[in-house]
Amino acid sequence: MAVTSRGVARAVPLAPAVVLLALFMLGPVVWSFYGSFTNAALTGPAALNPEWIGFDNYVALIGDPDFPKSLWLTVVFVFLSAVVGQNVMGIALAGLLRSAVRPVRSIASTVVVAAWVLPEIVAAFASYAFFHSDGTLNTMLGGIGIPGPDWLYSTPMLAVIVANIWRGTAFSMMVYSAALAEVPPELTEAAQLDGANGLQRLAWVTLPVIRRSISTNLMLTTLQTLSVFTLIYVMTGGGPGTDSSTLPILAYQEAFKFAQVGYGTAIATVMIVVGAIFSVIYIRALRPEVD
Amino acid sequence: MRTARVLIAPAAAAALALSLGACGTGGGGSDDATITVAYQKFGNFTQADTLFKDVKADYEKANPGITVELVPIEAQQNDYFTKLALMNRSPSTAPDVMYEDTYMIKSDVEAGYLAPLDDYLAEWDEWGQFVDSAKQAGAGDDGKTYGVSMGTDTRGLWFNKDVLAKAGLPEDWAPKSWDELLEAARAIKESDPDVVPFNMYSGKPQGEAAVMQGFEMLLYGTGDTLYEDGKWVLGSQGFIDALDFVGTVFSEGLAPTPQQALDTNIGNTVQAEWLPEGKVGIALDGSWVAGNWLESGVAPWPEWSEKMGTAPMPTQDGADPGAVSMSGGWTLALGSGSENPDAAFDFISMALNRENSLWFDVANSQIAVRTDVAEDPEYTKTNPTTEFFTGLVDVTNFRPATSDYPKVSNEIMVAMESVMTGQQTPEEAAAVYDEAVAGIVGDENTVQG
Repeated sequence: MAVTSRGVARAVPLAPAVVLLALFMLGPVVWSFYGSFTNAALTGPAALNPEWIGFDNYVALIGDPDFPKSLWLTVVFVFLSAVVGQNVMGIALAGLLRSAVRPVRSIASTVVVAAWVLPEIVAAFASYAFFHSDGTLNTMLGGIGIPGPDWLYSTPMLAVIVANIWRGTAFSMMVYSAALAEVPPELTEAAQLDGANGLQRLAWVTLPVIRRSISTNLMLTTLQTLSVFTLIYVMTGGGPGTDSSTLPILAYQEAFKFAQVGYGTAIATVMIVVGAIFSVIYIRALRPEVD
Repeated sequence: MRTARVLIAPAAAAALALSLGACGTGGGGSDDATITVAYQKFGNFTQADTLFKDVKADYEKANPGITVELVPIEAQQNDYFTKLALMNRSPSTAPDVMYEDTYMIKSDVEAGYLAPLDDYLAEWDEWGQFVDSAKQAGAGDDGKTYGVSMGTDTRGLWFNKDVLAKAGLPEDWAPKSWDELLEAARAIKESDPDVVPFNMYSGKPQGEAAVMQGFEMLLYGTGDTLYEDGKWVLGSQGFIDALDFVGTVFSEGLAPTPQQALDTNIGNTVQAEWLPEGKVGIALDGSWVAGNWLESGVAPWPEWSEKMGTAPMPTQDGADPGAVSMSGGWTLALGSGSENPDAAFDFISMALNRENSLWFDVANSQIAVRTDVAEDPEYTKTNPTTEFFTGLVDVTNFRPATSDYPKVSNEIMVAMESVMTGQQTPEEAAAVYDEAVAGIVGDENTVQG
């Protein structure tokens, strides 16, 4: 009894935060989930009286040829730009900068962090200007006599993936810099005495020690990348055609361009599921042996 | 005591704010009322903005105590519909008067956004000046009138005579079929590879402009149609042929590059820059394009009437009536949630009185829908192309008048974009369209073409 009343008393200061979260986070999520089972629209009869239509939106989604393509593009985008790009680049930069001399370290990390500091819309315009057919990249290529293609049109996915790696690597780099600083030097020294080379020390000592940071970082970058909208929307608008329409772009298009809010929220729900699957995989795969 | 006072102060402030808020929005009486007017202002289209600013000044002078709040929505056409719909969904933002495309009226009536105007129109002595087709354009499915037409339009081919002359084409060029149009475009490409021979709008970023100025101008010239006797036509050869034409102009490089064509701003660029600078040979576009080049427009071009020619868009193989056009137009509508509907209608009737309609029709190169404006010498003389585009009314078509049309239109944009970018063949894109439309309207409302 005493324990419960103390528990209640302790919960009181939390109440405002919980109420706010419920109102502004949980509320929209629940509404969106509910909306995905209705035919809610911005215009037409369904705007006045949305009807409960069960799983019709999901059935339509499965039959929609744009959907599997969009799901695939999302997985490719997340895997290449977050899981591979940002993480590998992040850990490599963190490792290299540890052994770099001081001025190099501060200059390099400032350059990398600058991309992270930019607001997303500014980073998106910068990438657009870089990859545009008359943009920075093609001007530089032209300077050495190579005619560059129209990146945003002919290789839209490559362009947005590279842009997202550029923008997001700083986050991983900072997480890994902190993690690497925590690796006990006696462990690496012991391995060195046993004759392990640099690669072996990384694989058998460093990575296992920072495993939890890897797991956390993978999860955070994946979820962030899954919801990237501004970057892609500004750079390619999801086009040409649907060649770079990831799930957030597709959901926006269906809900707000084509006025089918119910259908759009169904896509949003699928995104939650995709994010959950990635999270479960990380938690399982990188679970520490001793817990 | 102290705590009580601390609590009372914010409570009193809140009560005050609430009562003030009630005054601002409630205002059932004639004093201190506000009516909001929402309209589009985007790129070269600033004429509505000018019109409403003038009318606001006159209206507020004539009706002291009523404030007109203008809400210009700066967005491309389809985004404008979205933003307007979002405003309409909440009583606190729903406008009293809105600039509404005729093709959205039926859909928005069913959504409950618009209020019928019949009672007001019955008492408005100028309503008799509006031609029947314009009255029809503002009607909902229930037969009531929801929009007062500001003007209508037709569509055809604009061409730069200098560019055509260079390619050996005459000043009074008028193609008789799609093939002749394509041949002319190829001749222009040969004479000057830097010129875009032919511009048509296509793809999702252009929205309804792509569907109406682009696709439907082709489809309605094939003998097939989108909608017939209350059913949507699927699987027609004309649909595939129209998509094939789109594929041809983009794959042969007769049109802007797909990337240029998918730029949201291409409409502004073509009208204000490329046509005057001779960078586009032929443009499939609306009767209002000349509005850009008038003195009141955004890109004044005094010599335009000598440099630019017009020709009707031919039917596919020259079949009768030989030419094709599409007509639409915009209206002013009254919001269903308006708390001052009388004042709002007064505003509409003032904005569309003879003088203001005349100004708007001339400035925006609209085809007049008021007979007193159509007969006005100022209207007939200002714009030498008025006669040509008014003549196209004989061969014009209207979009399917159903509330499903906006959704079907979206599917047409998707089909156009996948063909112009080479992602699908016309047949594949048409099959996707058929499936999507059957899903939107239900199999029972479709018919095989």
